[in-house]
Amino acid sequence: MQANILTTEQIRALIAKGKLKDAVFKAVGIFCLAIALLVIVLLVSDMVMKGSERFTVDFFMNFASRRATQAGILSAWVGSLLVMLVTALAAVPLGVAAGVYLEEYAKRNWITELIEINITNLAAVPSIVYGLLALGIFVYQFGFGQSILSAGLTLALLILPIIIVSTREAIRAIPAMIREGSMAVGATRWQTCRYHIIPYAMPGILTGVIIGLARAIGETAPIITIGALTFIAFLPPVPYTTGTDGVTAGMFDWVMSPFTVMPIQIFNWTSRPDPAFEVNAAAAGFVLMAMVLSMNAVAIYLRYKMRKNIKW
Amino acid sequence: MQIHDKSPLKAEARNLSFYYGEAKALKNINMPIYDKKVTALIGPSGCGKSTYLRSFNRMHDLYPGNRYEGEIRFFPDNTNLLSPEVDPIEVRMRVGMVFQKPNPFPKSIYENVAYGLRVRGENNKRVLDDKVEHALRGAAIWDEAKDRLNELASNLSGGQQQRLCIARALATDPELLLFDEPTSALDPIATGAIEELVHELKKRVTILIVTHNMQQAARVSDYTAYMYLGEMIEFGKTDEIFIKPQDKRTEDYITGRMG
Repeated sequence: MQANILTTEQIRALIAKGKLKDAVFKAVGIFCLAIALLVIVLLVSDMVMKGSERFTVDFFMNFASRRATQAGILSAWVGSLLVMLVTALAAVPLGVAAGVYLEEYAKRNWITELIEINITNLAAVPSIVYGLLALGIFVYQFGFGQSILSAGLTLALLILPIIIVSTREAIRAIPAMIREGSMAVGATRWQTCRYHIIPYAMPGILTGVIIGLARAIGETAPIITIGALTFIAFLPPVPYTTGTDGVTAGMFDWVMSPFTVMPIQIFNWTSRPDPAFEVNAAAAGFVLMAMVLSMNAVAIYLRYKMRKNIKW
Repeated sequence: MQIHDKSPLKAEARNLSFYYGEAKALKNINMPIYDKKVTALIGPSGCGKSTYLRSFNRMHDLYPGNRYEGEIRFFPDNTNLLSPEVDPIEVRMRVGMVFQKPNPFPKSIYENVAYGLRVRGENNKRVLDDKVEHALRGAAIWDEAKDRLNELASNLSGGQQQRLCIARALATDPELLLFDEPTSALDPIATGAIEELVHELKKRVTILIVTHNMQQAARVSDYTAYMYLGEMIEFGKTDEIFIKPQDKRTEDYITGRMG
């Protein structure tokens, strides 16, 4: 036997030493995971326990009020949903088109490099800065005022980088041979994008959209900056209905309406001196979390359904 | 490369060179491609045979930094496929391609074959149905596919997928069909089916095939070209190349002394 070959005992000792490290790391990993999970569980259960007495139909159907027990989140959740709708309608086409352009059309040169670096940086810009920008451009310059439209567009800007980056990543995951297969039968670039690239990238794009919207729905700073109301006792006009003032609303009148959103309502309640409002804040916090989680659930389901058919 | 042959030319490379950026991958290639014949390209890995093949449908135009020199004349209209004035999409409408790995789209079998027709603006259901069936029959996969046209193409086996890709290329009636090592990802039985199909297809279309496998070249082709380090070393009738190669390098390669 040569000197550098290990004996059976030595091999076993070596394995035992390795396994010990395995076990240690496993324990550390479980501990870290437990801390993260525990914090979330504590947070959620705290909100549920504190807010439990407010989980009534009235809470969802009442406007804000000076009396905590009667105050509800109607204008806030409607406002949040409508702002998200505007955000999605603005950010998705812009973000997807920009991502497709950068991946499929743009020539690789220093200008595209510069654009790419900028997009990545945009994702890191503090949201309050977007609020300041929007206050100047949307609220005053374009004259949209303190409306759902201004808020939706502001948040659209905020999540645009997320959508662009996820679109590009989804496109990069499509094998070159699929693109070549399409071009080889004589397709143009646009036909290739329209029939292949965009549909196959859709599950990934959708993930980015939902991550973006989940971030946007919790944003407070830019919405306060552009001047969302904190106390609002009416809903945006429903298209083609006649309000108490006898004016029939047009199709898009709601986008110009003043509004409030969930995080602002929560912030408002926590800053009240009356401790009874803390109950409202906890309950509203739970509702906001439920909104985000159900958005994620929908995204996971849609992604699963779409991915099932996409195999290379 | 003086070949005196009665069959008409389908295409001809004239002083064709190709560059990936600064790197010269093809060196001054001259070669005829005869109409309704199978021409095989053989040579060791990295010799430029795939690069050469992909010049015929301007696939290199998809990526930046690639450059052609010389011409590929396409007959009967004597168009230079590589001319900057000729749109690569026009070239790809006339020259079909089958890739090394089967690359069906993640769509139904039907939509895979119909795609080339849809790209050409054909939306009439009856015309599409007809042409899809014709193409699937042409690619010898109709019997296996006819009852599952709406199933995903990825449910087919590898060999079936490759025949589907041939059907996709055939659906638009190409004048020249390029095969880039079409059987390298397939088992021997599927390979046999593809080879038989190539033999059948040359009745209606001119075929240029890259192959790693010399037996395959000998089995399926009428003409063979041996390439080495980006150069066309020898071109001739397949039986002559294999029985009596003129060049020492060709002989070394086909007798297995190299590559």
